[in-house]
Amino acid sequence: MKLILAIIQPDKLTDVKEALMAAKVGKMTALNVIGCGQQMGYHESYRGVPTEVNLLKKVELQIAVNEDFVKPTVEAIVKGARTGNIGDGKIFVLDLPECIRIRTGETGPEAIG
Amino acid sequence: MKAKRGKRSGVLAFLLMAGAAGTAWGQEAGAAVAEAAPAVSPEMFTTNNLWMMVATFLVFIMHLGFATVESGLTRAKNTVNILFKNTLIPAIGLLTYALAGFALMYQGDWAIPGWLRLGFGVGTDAAGLTSAYNAGYTYWTDFLFQGMFAATAATIVSGAVAERVKLGSFLIFSTVYVALGYTIAGSWVWGGGWLSALNFHDFAGSTLVHSVGGWGALAGVILLGPRLGKYTNGGIRPIMGHNMPMVVTGVFLLWLGWFGFNGGSVLSAEAGPVSYVLVTTSLAAAAGIVTSMATSWSIQKKPDLTMVLNGCLAGLVGITAGADAVSVPAAVGIGGIAGVLVVLSVMALDKIRIDDPVGAISVHLVCGIWGTLAVGLFSAEYSLGVQALGVLAYGVFCFPLCLAIFAALKRTVGLRVSRAEEIGGLDVGEHGMEAYPDFQGFLIK
Repeated sequence: MKLILAIIQPDKLTDVKEALMAAKVGKMTALNVIGCGQQMGYHESYRGVPTEVNLLKKVELQIAVNEDFVKPTVEAIVKGARTGNIGDGKIFVLDLPECIRIRTGETGPEAIG
Repeated sequence: MKAKRGKRSGVLAFLLMAGAAGTAWGQEAGAAVAEAAPAVSPEMFTTNNLWMMVATFLVFIMHLGFATVESGLTRAKNTVNILFKNTLIPAIGLLTYALAGFALMYQGDWAIPGWLRLGFGVGTDAAGLTSAYNAGYTYWTDFLFQGMFAATAATIVSGAVAERVKLGSFLIFSTVYVALGYTIAGSWVWGGGWLSALNFHDFAGSTLVHSVGGWGALAGVILLGPRLGKYTNGGIRPIMGHNMPMVVTGVFLLWLGWFGFNGGSVLSAEAGPVSYVLVTTSLAAAAGIVTSMATSWSIQKKPDLTMVLNGCLAGLVGITAGADAVSVPAAVGIGGIAGVLVVLSVMALDKIRIDDPVGAISVHLVCGIWGTLAVGLFSAEYSLGVQALGVLAYGVFCFPLCLAIFAALKRTVGLRVSRAEEIGGLDVGEHGMEAYPDFQGFLIK
């Protein structure tokens, strides 16, 4: 079992969701996050005082999958989120030791599926 | 009320009927001056003028209504931009009206009789401050009341082109259209021009204000194209407004403002007509709410608040042309039909991919046309043919004019913000600031 964390541009969420659905990955959690990577920030100003905004608004997806779904999931996220520009985001794949479905008490790969 | 300036139009109609149209236009000013000053007591003059100033305040507050409606119906990332545009529009409207608009619409001399007045600036002698100018108001009240009207036409465009139009281009469009388009077209009826001579009736501006703005909205939306992500893969994707309480606040401010918009268009405080106009206005708004609810509920399965709010405005726009001239049941009917029309129109425009975030084209253009035609249907005094001719005339003038202004801007300074700016929001892109910096809510926006 793996936990896939993907940081993407907020406006690409719809495309990523569509790509995931096409890859039959229908379970996910999405969060509003702010953060910075290689992409530079931008300038704002308020009442004449300039300010640098370098923690940018991003969306994070958390998707728990069984081994055979890791590749399709990652490919779908890349397909949906890639524009070729700096700021497209990153995907982290983590080992996931356990998973429990609260409703049934199932554990492990069955609980994810 | 025959027209905004009943005095002048009456004289003109008489001259036309006398078959002296060709040469008599030049004598019109002299003839008007020669008319005896209306008999009105100083107390009544003060009362009239006071009501006209109150009406002016009410039309003024409509700009806040437009600002809140438009920002509520669009996304949080474009809120500063919408509010900014709505702050600039009354300023542009009043300044251009002082510079030339009032003269082009009412005060200037006819350069092309019935079609084009020319003039510049504002100012009056002592007579302008008395009932010799008009029994209902002083020259200055006249200017300010009409100036408040002028800006509303551009505000209508603002909502339709929201979330993608460049700030600078929009401000240029507004300035040109309010200064020249609205005023010249307005002179044809309220300024005593050719349409008023034909007995075309637009009491407070279903056509002169709302359709004029609506044509601009339609032209702008066509040349801009839809917002990113609105129409994809052959489907329509809703882009939800970010603040419903603000939309409701705005609609009620607009309804309040309409008491001045229509009530003030009586052009005096005469008890009977003013109170009657407020009744027809309110009943039409109420009918628009109820019928838009029924339409929305039956088509969409659940009633949509934004449609019902559009329905209220649709009823108000619809009754504006005939608020003084139709019966109470007719007022309910006009507002009620407008409420149905607006819901159907919003859906139909989406089907043909005309992306209007706030429903401005449906409310102001579609219901403006409906209201103007309805005067011909529900009032024996006015002919449906002449009403239709007026609608057509304004379309033929305003729509190509707006297309030309927007096209010129598109070729020179550009009309639309970049894709990246549209995604990031016009608040940061155009203004470098945000409306809600303390809140996160950008997940799918």
